[in-house]
Amino acid sequence: MPFLAWAAAFLLVPAGALLIGAFRTQDGEFTTEFFKDIFKGSSLDAYVKSVEISLITALLGGALGFLIAYAALSPGAPRLLRPAFLTFSGVAANFGGVPLAFAFISTLGTVGMATRALDAMGLNPYDHGFTLFGFWGLVVTYLYFQIPLMIIIIAPAIDGLKAEWREAASNLGATSTQYWRYVGVPVLLPSILGSMVLLFGGSFAAYATAYALTSGHIGLVPLKIGELINGNVLSDPHQAYALAFGMVIVIAVAMAIYFVLDRRASRWRRSVQ
Amino acid sequence: MTRSGWFWVAVGLLYFLLPLAATAEFSFKDGDSYSFAAYREIFDDPQFRDTFFLSLKLAIVTIIVALLLFIPTVYWVHLRLPQFRPLVQFLCALPFVVPPIVLIVGILYVYNYQWVPGKYLGSPYYLVPGYVVLGFPFMFFALDNAFRAIDVHTLTEASQSLGAGWTRTLWKVILPNILTGALAGAFLTFALVMGEFTMASLALFNTFPTYINYIGQTKANPAAALTIISFGITWLALLGILFVGRRPGRTAVQVGGGAR
Amino acid sequence: MAYLELEKLHKEFGDFTAIEEIDVSIQAGEFLSLLGPSGCGKTTALRIVAGFERPTSGRVVVEGKDLTNVPPNHRDMGMVFQAYSLFPNMTAEANVEFGLRVRGQSGAERRKRVEDLLELVGLSAAAKRYPHQLSGGMQQRVALARALAIEPRVLLLDEPLSALDAKVRVQLREEIRRLQTQLGITTLYVTHDQEEALSVSDRVAVLSQGQIEQIGAPAEIYNAPGTPFVAEFIGTMNRLEATVAEEGQVQVNGMVLAVTDARGLPRGERVLVLIRPEILDLQRADGAASSALVGEVVAHIFLGAITRVKVDAGEHELSADLPGHRAAELPVGSQVAASFPADGGRVLALSEQPEGPAERAPAGQ
Repeated sequence: MPFLAWAAAFLLVPAGALLIGAFRTQDGEFTTEFFKDIFKGSSLDAYVKSVEISLITALLGGALGFLIAYAALSPGAPRLLRPAFLTFSGVAANFGGVPLAFAFISTLGTVGMATRALDAMGLNPYDHGFTLFGFWGLVVTYLYFQIPLMIIIIAPAIDGLKAEWREAASNLGATSTQYWRYVGVPVLLPSILGSMVLLFGGSFAAYATAYALTSGHIGLVPLKIGELINGNVLSDPHQAYALAFGMVIVIAVAMAIYFVLDRRASRWRRSVQ
Repeated sequence: MTRSGWFWVAVGLLYFLLPLAATAEFSFKDGDSYSFAAYREIFDDPQFRDTFFLSLKLAIVTIIVALLLFIPTVYWVHLRLPQFRPLVQFLCALPFVVPPIVLIVGILYVYNYQWVPGKYLGSPYYLVPGYVVLGFPFMFFALDNAFRAIDVHTLTEASQSLGAGWTRTLWKVILPNILTGALAGAFLTFALVMGEFTMASLALFNTFPTYINYIGQTKANPAAALTIISFGITWLALLGILFVGRRPGRTAVQVGGGAR
Repeated sequence: MAYLELEKLHKEFGDFTAIEEIDVSIQAGEFLSLLGPSGCGKTTALRIVAGFERPTSGRVVVEGKDLTNVPPNHRDMGMVFQAYSLFPNMTAEANVEFGLRVRGQSGAERRKRVEDLLELVGLSAAAKRYPHQLSGGMQQRVALARALAIEPRVLLLDEPLSALDAKVRVQLREEIRRLQTQLGITTLYVTHDQEEALSVSDRVAVLSQGQIEQIGAPAEIYNAPGTPFVAEFIGTMNRLEATVAEEGQVQVNGMVLAVTDARGLPRGERVLVLIRPEILDLQRADGAASSALVGEVVAHIFLGAITRVKVDAGEHELSADLPGHRAAELPVGSQVAASFPADGGRVLALSEQPEGPAERAPAGQ
């Protein structure tokens, strides 16, 4: 199949080659130097920062996205909300990169619309240590695609919550809290966890938004890789391969965590036979 | 709906609309008044036209390659080789999790000066293979859904029992029935390529997204105008899917990470 | 005093009136079915009793206490839903236990009760299985055990068998009735299947367009339908439009038929004569009585022990259920005369709106 050839040539081979590249010098000799380097100094800081921002935006985006999706898509909501939110989310989740950074500069930049409005109320965020071009600014910006991404991914799971479960629980004497604790959350948990892992991956991989927003100055792993590849002739590209390989490891670990959690949360989905 | 429900809906709408409103306002701002000056400046810039049409061409080539690659693959997976499904599905989900930056670094590493004939290395079409890979999830799941909705076996057998060969069956019977899925995949791929910055920037090509970034470093108002234009392109692509599919947000495959 | 009372229930959803008026009393330990076509308001009525819907007006009273404004989780009513109501993340056991757990019962007590109930519905062996590992019939048994576990004041069943295979359906409905009798629990059962309602209930309320058409014991409903709607809905019925003639006689197509039920009706009144297929008899036309309806056999429908013979009798199409050997004597195309004993037909006055409530109670009650 030509498809398999294509996937091998442009997905598996490049990704696999990084494994080799990460352990080689420019002259082709084997070395663990670059790989060891990613656990040190600024490289390690970059991983920590990348993971932090990805975790925070995955958790926040996941929680907000779920609450919004549940409000807009549950059977009690007005009919029109559903297609409106799913379409909006489709657009917003696909809208990212450089334009997204500019959109937030217009909104929460030093003279952005929201900044001016808050300033008028005496709450200028820049007086309280906030800057759009730092860590939390990035978090707020990433949420613009994380929330809608969550809405879209979690929608089928919310649709799968049957009205009968809620009614049966209530009929058997459960309060709303008890319903969520014993039924709603356990049933949704695998989907929520899975979605959050995807959100994590989305943030972790993001390059363009952070690049445009901070002019490459915030030390995230993708930006560091970009710096090493992009024109910085003095540096060794094999350092970039090691960093990229490290990203693959982080993603693999995230996926592994997800599979373990999902298995535990969904015994009831597996067949026993 | 409960009061807290309305609250979350309002939060969602505000988060979605406020940055757009702010950007739109900024793009029309001309000193103390409003005008189309920023847009005019963009449209008059020959670089805008060059990069925009380059990205357009890249998108079209990517879509054609992806369709040629996937229609037969998904057809065969449904018809003859269901045992290959897990493998194909896995490969197509991979670009969801492998960061584009890793992909482009890998591609640059493997397909460098020693391997690639010079004329391709300098050509922006160098990006197409990577874009096709980034579009894997879109194309595969869109087509997979479309094929699932029709009875491939019966259609194929009916067509062949009436005397049609393979090509004719695929072209005249299968294709019209999966057109919706193919178009959905095409629109998503279109949005992806029109917004893809990471790979283009690292491979040092001047596409539409890198042009937006370049303008952003120098001119604020035109950058806002470009942001609105770029947003409009995403809208058009998504509306295109709605228009051909009439099934809003049915699947989770409408999103990827390409543009970020 | 009645145990469960639905007092003048009325329910509107926006412009749509789901329940015009339902007013019914149910005795302690009684099994009452609400029977009717879809959209007749039966499920809405049940959901009002469970507390999932508020009536626009009217009250739900149990043991003299008004429950209309009590939230569902404080009503102590056990409900069995159509399907898929088991919590998918819990085993059969945990599902049954759920109501006891949220009531804060102690562990040991709970386990004993769960064991007993699973045994009662014959599913002790499946205690540790998850719903998706159980057949549809088994799932409904677990749902029944779950509803009974909380010792509900009233057991509510909302078409619990509609998603099951025909065979399981019959088996399970008998079991529901057996359990209900054994436990003596007051039960409200909603179904659109008349055979189901007639076979398990103490009384059946036939609903149409948000109103009770007739309420009574199954035999009463079947043998003496009170309104044209009930007659049509319950079983198969031959309908003859007729005019009252002499005392105890009606005229159909210019022929006079003796019907005991027509006694006492004013001459010339338009009526509907209803005859069950099993009451109707067919003879070859040459030897027939003069008052009989005449027509041509158009079809035979084999129904096992009997054969339903369809007759085209001009304005009317008649159905007669005959034993196989008798039907064989009347092949398709033969001319036949239909007759029935004078006391075998019911007569209903034709009201202006044939679907509305009867203007006259059925005779012979």
